[in-house]
Amino acid sequence: MLAQQFINAISLGGVYALFALGFTLIFGVLGIVNLAHGAVFMLGAYSALHAVILLRLPLMAAILAAIVTTGAAGWLLDKLIFAPLRARDAPHLAPMIATIGLAICLSSSVEGFFGAQNLRFPVEALPTETLSLGGIRITWLELQIVLLAFVLMGILMWCLKQTRIGRALRGLAESPKAAALLGIDVEGLFRFTSVLASLLGGVAGVLIALYTNAVFPLMGQPMLHKGIAVVILGGMGDIRGALLGGFFLGFAEVFSVAYIGSTMRDAVAFGLLFAILLLRPDGLFGKATQRRA
Amino acid sequence: MNLKLNILSAILGISFLYGNAVAADIKIGIAAALTGNAAQYGLPIRQGLELAAAEINVRGGVNGNRLELIIEDEQGKKEEGINVFKKLIFQNKVMMLFGPTLSNSAQASDPVAQTAKVVVFGTSNTADGITSIGDYVFRNSVTERDILPITLKIAAQNTGLKKVAVIYGNDDIFTKSGYDNFKKALRDLKIPVATTETFAKGDVSFKPQLTNIRASNPDAVVLSALVAEGAPIMVQARQLGITLPFIGGNGMNSPRVFELAKGNSDNLWVGSPWSVESPAPENKRFIAAYLKAHGTMPDQFAAQAYDAMYIAAQALKTIKLTGKLETDRKALRDALPATQWNGATGPFKFRRIVGRNGKPAGYDAVQTAIVMVTQANRYVIKN
Repeated sequence: MLAQQFINAISLGGVYALFALGFTLIFGVLGIVNLAHGAVFMLGAYSALHAVILLRLPLMAAILAAIVTTGAAGWLLDKLIFAPLRARDAPHLAPMIATIGLAICLSSSVEGFFGAQNLRFPVEALPTETLSLGGIRITWLELQIVLLAFVLMGILMWCLKQTRIGRALRGLAESPKAAALLGIDVEGLFRFTSVLASLLGGVAGVLIALYTNAVFPLMGQPMLHKGIAVVILGGMGDIRGALLGGFFLGFAEVFSVAYIGSTMRDAVAFGLLFAILLLRPDGLFGKATQRRA
Repeated sequence: MNLKLNILSAILGISFLYGNAVAADIKIGIAAALTGNAAQYGLPIRQGLELAAAEINVRGGVNGNRLELIIEDEQGKKEEGINVFKKLIFQNKVMMLFGPTLSNSAQASDPVAQTAKVVVFGTSNTADGITSIGDYVFRNSVTERDILPITLKIAAQNTGLKKVAVIYGNDDIFTKSGYDNFKKALRDLKIPVATTETFAKGDVSFKPQLTNIRASNPDAVVLSALVAEGAPIMVQARQLGITLPFIGGNGMNSPRVFELAKGNSDNLWVGSPWSVESPAPENKRFIAAYLKAHGTMPDQFAAQAYDAMYIAAQALKTIKLTGKLETDRKALRDALPATQWNGATGPFKFRRIVGRNGKPAGYDAVQTAIVMVTQANRYVIKN
């Protein structure tokens, strides 16, 4: 039972981490708490679902469709909301409030088009194999989600450290003004980040929808709440922190169910989170004086 | 002066004639969750009510009076439920109300109707305490208090279960009330509970709880959940190798489980006032008409709403409308309790319940539950 709970925790942690990656990226570079990330996540799931159902595409092509849709959504998000607000030097809260509006607008539109009921991917499209070792069971899909969370984190961190664009992004995260003075295309990079973060959210949406078997207009909402907790715990804007924060929340939830009782799950998990923030107010990886990308 | 008087008497005369000789519309307010998470229940309810009203109107209405439906979206929220009730009662001046969709909202909005002395007829509120609000509150939704004991009993007889594990959603009045009724029924039937687990709406993984359940070695899993969470729970249970029977509350009684838990939907026991498999001619007729009108198969929410409209129409038929809203509303309330009907959900009548203060209050349904088990994407009736 302990071993199975350990596996459950890793797989749940992978889900949270995958969601948090895009969320933290936008915060790190643009300095915006993007409360529409849950809606973009939902959009990814719907795009892939309809690619599978209507266009009869295989799952991989459907994930590509989700990447295209959510990438485009990210482009529009920056073009229509973040960029105009930047240009007007809007106060810090304005973009955050705008994203709340956008999230409601997106989920209501999807509800209008596709209805409020839960949808799911056709069974034929699903990877349904389960690995079993002794009494321990994990599905291929869970394994893929966990691996993908690590791989994406690795790629992101490597790019930020080693590539030109990564260095430019880090400079941008440090100070947009200084980056502009150095000849970095600040506006282009902001746009790029919004696209990248949104399509990461879209991919997370597809995989998590496959995992839960549930696609519905408000599916991003509970994920967003947990995502905010994960990102704050990891240190706002920190990629490694998002991953670690995700696994921390996964383990805290699963083991409070296993040892304390499922009614106390959220109280224990979020109580722990609170305690950690008391000790480290900037999260596990955050540094008060420095912004990170 | 004379002329004025003449005009006045002419107008009065015309309106007098109009009020009596010409048939009027009977306004019926519908508050249903048409958007938001509860829309998956609100939409079939709306369609069931519309279908019945259309059938009644095609056959000449109620004593020649057409039924006019005024439909409002209460979004499955308490506050909206109250707003919509107020609008329908005071602005649209409806004769009676159907709705709201969720027990949660009914708890908040039904007192508005009770205070205004307007009949409120719930077709989907199954939680305890709704009809104890007052004597204008009616429902034809059979409560879980009545359905769950017989479901458990028949499932136990068929599967020979000795002890069960329980899992329920503890952040929702409906699934929590289902749990309370299961708990009571399990105690009455002397079935021991190996472990009790909870989950919350929007949870991604139910495996931690299911792992606990697996370790407790039960013979069956009792599940009080809506199908939105219940179906993923069944899928994840099978992924963990739990092949035990599930015994579901009213929330799991939806053919959507075949779609949402496709490939893993077998061996789910549910009790229901309605079954798609029920061979009664009234039911066959309803299913065919619904399929023709809406292009989808009905669920129990549609069936109960459909029957509810006929029950109300049956009561309306027995009263003489005066055109005075208060008098007519009261006459309808007095006529409803004795109304009986045999519709898609089978023979139906009302039963008065005793409110919290010990005095007689509103009316619940008297109906026999059908206990079914899922097998290869179908329900098999077991009683």
